[in-house]
Amino acid sequence: MPADITSQTNAYSNSEIRKGINGSANTAFACALISAIVFFVAYLSQVSSIAAGTPWTFSGEWVPRLGVQLDFRVDGLSLLFGLLISGIGILVFLYSYGYFKVHKGHARLQWLLLSFMLAMLGLVSSDNIILLFIFWELTTITSFLLVGFDHENTQARRSALQALLVTGGGGLALLVGLIMLGQASGSYLLSEIIASGSAVTEHEHYPVILTLILLGAFTKSAQFPFHFWLPNAMAAPSPVSAYLHSATMVKAGIYLMMRLQSSLGGTEEWFYALSIAGGITAVWSSMMALRQTDLKLMLAWTTVMALGTITMFLASNLQIAALAAVTFLIVHAFYKCALFLAIGNVDKSTGTRDFNKLGSLVRFMPITALGAVLAALSMAGFPPFLGFIGKELIYEGTLTIADQPWIIVAAAVAANAMMVGIALTFIFRVFLGGESTITREPKEVYAVMWVGPVVLAIAGLLTGLLPGQITEYVIQPAVSSVMAASAEVKLSLWHGINGPLILSIITVAVGIMLFFSLSIVSRMINNLVEKLPVVGDSAYEFLLNRTQFVASKLTNRLQTGSLSHYLTIVFMAFVVSVAVTLLYHPVSMDFDRLTPVTPFIAIVVFLMISAALVLTFSNTRLLAICALGVVGSGVAVLFLVFGAIDVAITQLMVETLFVVLIATVLIKLPRFPDQTDPAKTRGLRDAVIAIAAGVVMAIITLGVSLTPLDLTVTHFFEENSLAQAYGRNIVNVILVDFRALDTLGEVAVVATAALAVIALLKVRVHAQGPR
Amino acid sequence: MEILLSLLVGVLMSVSVWMLLSRNLVKFLFGLVLISNVANLIIFKVGGLTVGAPALITDGGSAEYANSLPQALVLTAIVIGFGLVSFTLVLAHKAYQAIGTLNVDEMTLAEKRQDPADSEKSS
Amino acid sequence: MNSLIFSTISRLLVGLMLLFSVFLLWRGHNEPGGGFIGGLVAAAGIIVYGLAEGPGMMRKLLRIAPQTLVLIGLLTSVVSGLLPLLQDSSFLTGMWLFIGATETEKGLGLGTPLIFDIGVYLVVVGGVSGMVIALEEEL
Repeated sequence: MPADITSQTNAYSNSEIRKGINGSANTAFACALISAIVFFVAYLSQVSSIAAGTPWTFSGEWVPRLGVQLDFRVDGLSLLFGLLISGIGILVFLYSYGYFKVHKGHARLQWLLLSFMLAMLGLVSSDNIILLFIFWELTTITSFLLVGFDHENTQARRSALQALLVTGGGGLALLVGLIMLGQASGSYLLSEIIASGSAVTEHEHYPVILTLILLGAFTKSAQFPFHFWLPNAMAAPSPVSAYLHSATMVKAGIYLMMRLQSSLGGTEEWFYALSIAGGITAVWSSMMALRQTDLKLMLAWTTVMALGTITMFLASNLQIAALAAVTFLIVHAFYKCALFLAIGNVDKSTGTRDFNKLGSLVRFMPITALGAVLAALSMAGFPPFLGFIGKELIYEGTLTIADQPWIIVAAAVAANAMMVGIALTFIFRVFLGGESTITREPKEVYAVMWVGPVVLAIAGLLTGLLPGQITEYVIQPAVSSVMAASAEVKLSLWHGINGPLILSIITVAVGIMLFFSLSIVSRMINNLVEKLPVVGDSAYEFLLNRTQFVASKLTNRLQTGSLSHYLTIVFMAFVVSVAVTLLYHPVSMDFDRLTPVTPFIAIVVFLMISAALVLTFSNTRLLAICALGVVGSGVAVLFLVFGAIDVAITQLMVETLFVVLIATVLIKLPRFPDQTDPAKTRGLRDAVIAIAAGVVMAIITLGVSLTPLDLTVTHFFEENSLAQAYGRNIVNVILVDFRALDTLGEVAVVATAALAVIALLKVRVHAQGPR
Repeated sequence: MEILLSLLVGVLMSVSVWMLLSRNLVKFLFGLVLISNVANLIIFKVGGLTVGAPALITDGGSAEYANSLPQALVLTAIVIGFGLVSFTLVLAHKAYQAIGTLNVDEMTLAEKRQDPADSEKSS
Repeated sequence: MNSLIFSTISRLLVGLMLLFSVFLLWRGHNEPGGGFIGGLVAAAGIIVYGLAEGPGMMRKLLRIAPQTLVLIGLLTSVVSGLLPLLQDSSFLTGMWLFIGATETEKGLGLGTPLIFDIGVYLVVVGGVSGMVIALEEEL
């Protein structure tokens, strides 16, 4: 910061600064909150018509030539995401207002959250896949800034960079995949791609398209082996984590898979890719969650688990699987956001997130505790919460879809039992029971901070008790969008005693066992993890280090600072690339086009070649200048002979001026050679490059001279020069009329060069010896 | 004729590359002048050669003119080349004043060589 | 170069070359010549004069600073391109006025391309002589 600004800030009193910060933060907060409410209400107003099957569309021109249009289309699936993003957005913005009230970065955070929300809304509402990609990248960038919000913290910066590199890398793959998808299906509109059904799966590039698009989705949604960035991203402030983990960012990948399931799914490749990645992610991350003592980190890993579960379900193209995925998505969004916000409150109030140090918080912060406990019950999947319905659907789905149900069922039970164990830890070790070892007395937080967890927890309860409304207006249209066919779904709490219910009972039993043996289990998992090969974070670290190492080696190799070294590379590249091209695509030479040599030209050329050779071996400056003059004048003569009078005169004039200029400057420079000539091997290499460049250039020019030219442009100039531009000198007419804009640019270059020379000459340099 | 001129282009190109690769800055400058001449000659030559038919429209004359397009390109290129070479010339002189050498290998003041191990630590 | 002969000849020469350069500029649209060539010839004349009399005399001859000449030239070219905008044509479209035109004769043609070429001429004269003046003064 410049000194004058610093002193200016110091001149203000502290309260004035506070006022200023609060002022801009309040503006940002108001903008964010109002936008979120406007979007939420707008989406709500469309609920019934979208449920009836009429998507809400908007279209505008952007880059028509590239087929990139501002096409927005909100159908059932987009509506579900839009409601979650804007609805949870309202709560998160409110929460942030309380959380950051006295933080100097408050305004920045609110603006970032707002841009992030808008990017997410754009992403789930785009009908054009290029537009979708642009919003996809915008979410990557804004989430980078959000994760690295606390930019003075090394860990936060590292996590932000990691999130950016992993999801950004996936985004590159996605871009290629989407373009190939557009080419393969013949349309860049999602609605048209989906309408063409599974035609893309027949395309020859289908495996490549699938791989690239899944790379994008897996990195974004933190699927194994790209899962590691998400737990690290919890370096972000609590409201940001709550938003990233529940409704946004990581759900973008899920959204993409849901959206394209009907077009790309239904194949073996799709099934195995999603079920294997999702299954490994779910089991692995629930194990990782169990070994954490930091509540926030624990939650972060359960997010990865939830994403894995949803991905696993999207592997199948059965309606029950889509229903399970959509329902679980909603369940997860509700409880995960509530819990993250509650943990934020705990952190703010007690100063720690370690559950071993916390206990019986219900006595100090009852409202936060109410929200957290209700949300945790939904997470554990107890009736009558929506979480119960979600879990039942998961079991029903696993029992239906898998060829080998018992492996997948076992995985699902294991993952869910661990969820139960974690939920019980939250309830009984942190909020309702347990011993607190913290010294300070925790206080209940501001209303804006408990309203989020409570509202979401109650939403989880109400939708569980009365699933009819949400099923009809949100879940059913969303499932229809995923299936690309109208679906009939019904949700209820009680199905009678059946397979899923029995599995639920087993899950709860195992979960309770896990809760009581948590310390033993986490020690076992720790031992296991140590024996496993390097994956995830360490692999990322290794790759990053190697890349930097190779880059610096390469840079040092290429950027030596030596002019002749640079030029050697340039000319070698020129010779090799042109020679290889010539080898594979030989120039077709029509030797009938050769014209006879006149003696005069033969003499001129002979003189020029001789002068050039003199130049090569000359050791005095005067000789070199003379030789250069001969070559230059020879070029002028050639121009003259072949009908370019203007060019010839210009060449002669410039040649004369060169001599004046060079002579003026060279007097001030030492005679060459002022040092020994390059070493013999170096000289040989230079000679080889020089001769090769000459040969290649000679072949090209000969080849071009012996192939017919397209003279359309020239003929245009010849015909219109007198008729349109009233000039007989075609060259001059081109310069000052037809292509005057080019000439203007060239004149500007001459002017710049002249001014630069004059300015450079006025610079006084201080002599310093060679290093 | 075409073969002869291609030979000329080849020889001039070789010589200019040879001069450009030289470690002596003055030789490099000569190479720069030469290569701009070669470039102009190449553009002019690949536009087709017509003997003795300037691109001037005559009343009722033949419709055969030298190709005017490359001429227009080359004409401005010559003047710009002059500007470029003048600038390089002055730059070379100033560099000599500052560093005291015309050996391009010793003119590495602006780009300090960095050891790969050092850059690892700093990153 | 303190040669009386050279000095005398150079004065004669610079006048002739400047006159010739304007002639080249004028006829450039129909005969070999034009702004670039005219500018180079004029600059060469000024430089010959400068070699005989010194850079100070070159500045006197030009009357205005060469940098200013360059800028005036650039402006002239741009303005000549802007004029057609008044007629709803696009930038740099040629506009012509024929003085004394009759049924059979076109008369004396004056057009914005000529103004444009004058701009080019000024830039080249100012740029080239400016460089040489600076070289002579500073080295």
